[in-house]
Amino acid sequence: MMDGFDMLLVASAVIAGAAPLVMATLGETLTERAGVVNLSLDGTIVLSAMAAFVVASLSGSLLAGFAVSAAVGACVAALVALFSVRLGMSQVAVGFVLTLMTRDLAYFLGSQYARTEGPISGSAPVPVLSGMPVLGQVLFNHSVPVYLSMIMVAFAWWYLYRTSWGLRLRCVGENMEAAYARGIDPDLVRVVYTVAGGALVGLSGAAFSLCTKPGWGQPQGCEGSGWIALALVIFGAWHPVRAALGAYLFAFLQVMSIHFQSWFPDVPAQVFQVAPFPLMIFLLAVSTLVHSEEAKMLAERHPLLRILTRGLAQAPPLSLGKARSRD
Amino acid sequence: MRTVFARMGRPLEMGLKTALAGVAEIAASVLVVVAFTTLVLLVAGAPPLDTFAVLVKGSLGSWSKLSHVIKVWIPLTLASCGLLFTFKAGLWNIGVEGQVMMGAVATTLAMRMGGPSPLAGMVTALALVAGMAGGALWALCAGFLKTKAGVHEIFAGLGLNFVSQGLVLWLIFGPWKQPGIASMSGTETFDERLWIPSIEALNLSPAALGMAVAAVIVTAYLLSSTRLGLYLRAVGGNEKAAVLFGLKPHAVMTAAMLCAGGLAGLAGAFQVSGVYHRLIPAISSGYGYLALLVVLLAYYNVWAAPVVAFFFACLNTGAIQLPMLLSLDSSLSGVIQGSMVIAALAVHSVSTRSRRSRG
Repeated sequence: MMDGFDMLLVASAVIAGAAPLVMATLGETLTERAGVVNLSLDGTIVLSAMAAFVVASLSGSLLAGFAVSAAVGACVAALVALFSVRLGMSQVAVGFVLTLMTRDLAYFLGSQYARTEGPISGSAPVPVLSGMPVLGQVLFNHSVPVYLSMIMVAFAWWYLYRTSWGLRLRCVGENMEAAYARGIDPDLVRVVYTVAGGALVGLSGAAFSLCTKPGWGQPQGCEGSGWIALALVIFGAWHPVRAALGAYLFAFLQVMSIHFQSWFPDVPAQVFQVAPFPLMIFLLAVSTLVHSEEAKMLAERHPLLRILTRGLAQAPPLSLGKARSRD
Repeated sequence: MRTVFARMGRPLEMGLKTALAGVAEIAASVLVVVAFTTLVLLVAGAPPLDTFAVLVKGSLGSWSKLSHVIKVWIPLTLASCGLLFTFKAGLWNIGVEGQVMMGAVATTLAMRMGGPSPLAGMVTALALVAGMAGGALWALCAGFLKTKAGVHEIFAGLGLNFVSQGLVLWLIFGPWKQPGIASMSGTETFDERLWIPSIEALNLSPAALGMAVAAVIVTAYLLSSTRLGLYLRAVGGNEKAAVLFGLKPHAVMTAAMLCAGGLAGLAGAFQVSGVYHRLIPAISSGYGYLALLVVLLAYYNVWAAPVVAFFFACLNTGAIQLPMLLSLDSSLSGVIQGSMVIAALAVHSVSTRSRRSRG
């Protein structure tokens, strides 16, 4: 019954499968840390996946594909920033409409390239390191975008918590007036990080269509992952490393669902395919419940629980989703 | 959003000047959308004028096309009416898509249980009620996740949408599969006696149309002239102030979710009993998500929503022929609808800003 189940293979598949999701999650974490919710993730990923695939197959250059995808992601995010930060429109409304619109735009513009051959970012083992037992196969035997996703996690953490730029970013997200009083332009910071986060989200689209789920079609296979990334940012309590861990957890659930399918052939495949999505929402509920007063009271009495809730409980950036009043 | 509410609160004060400004806003947004769509078409290498002609002829060109538009308009309007309740209470009911699907599932269940008995009309009526109940129950799940567990309604709704899509697929390929082989074409077609009666020549059900029109009127009445409407607006406008007035926001939100889910469920019920006569994998056709756009473009106005829904239904219907006539993808309708909403919101917010700064 457990035939073909290899822990190392699973771990390696999780690292590789999570790469696009990690990028999108980190991008959205940066954006939300500046106080902007970019709800357009799901459509942005599809659109940039299409753009990356088309450009890479026409030009034959993977690098061009990735560059264009980042530009597409940045452009959509710039629209969100323009409408919400400059015009003070509802971030949720703008993001949601853009999600639907960019997805349809991707299907419309990309339809003539559907199911055509395109370049794939293949495996590129790291010289020496990939020879290591266990770790070599799990961490150092992947394609370039996967390495990039791992490096990004570390970089995002370092940038947010160890640089003065990161401090300014967090300051704007928590209290725009205080940031303004300290000589920071909150609107500028918000626009910059919305666009930068959008570029990361765009890269995640390219990571789908050129690496993890190579090819373009309708559906591409990356649909829904943008929503998961948005949920992971909350689940990760707006902390880049925790959010990335959430992405790995989700990839683990997806890899396991393939194994479960072969172990329980009687259960229809559809159940396992959608199971990770509600599970994530359930985890979201648990991590929100930890915030409640009852949970805090309970935790005060049990030292073990207290450690657990401290690990999970983290409030969102205070100015998240709010527009700055200019009165 | 607050300005929108304030505007709707005193419609009588809307003078000629405001009406003119409204017309100018609409004209400006249409211009933006036409320019943007033309650009998209040029990028795709398609002839813009021919494409627009196909969209118009394909939706309003003949009586049968128009009846198809109305068939899309019915579920879209029902779901939009439902969303008005949740938007008034300040809720983003993205789960409406799943609520349409669960309404369809509940109706199919009722029809399969009832079967083609001599009382077929009764079974059909009960199946419609079951559809409303199915949608309402599904909305209740999202409502409880929001009020009891603190999960934002967007994520609760999305999670439930995935679950309902999985459930529909599982039912079609599992317990409700056609005798012989399960397929993407859906479950077995119901006995003809269970269908909602329709005008044969147009393949259009007057009962469904009548109920959709009734839903608009009832929604308008409930929202403007009853306590429920007042409570919804109070909670949506300022949750903390509503508490001070002795309202229970969570109870009001749950009521809004129930109304929204019931109407969305009815939309799903009509899709099953009046249009497809069986459960198919894409039973909701994305009308739930589209209804969110309808309500946004209608500025949360109950009388504007059916008009916008008609416009969107025309686009959806007109786009069906794009692949055949011009080998273009039919998702063009979604591009136009989305850019329309974005443009309208942007133009509106720019014009209110400039009006405010002028005093």
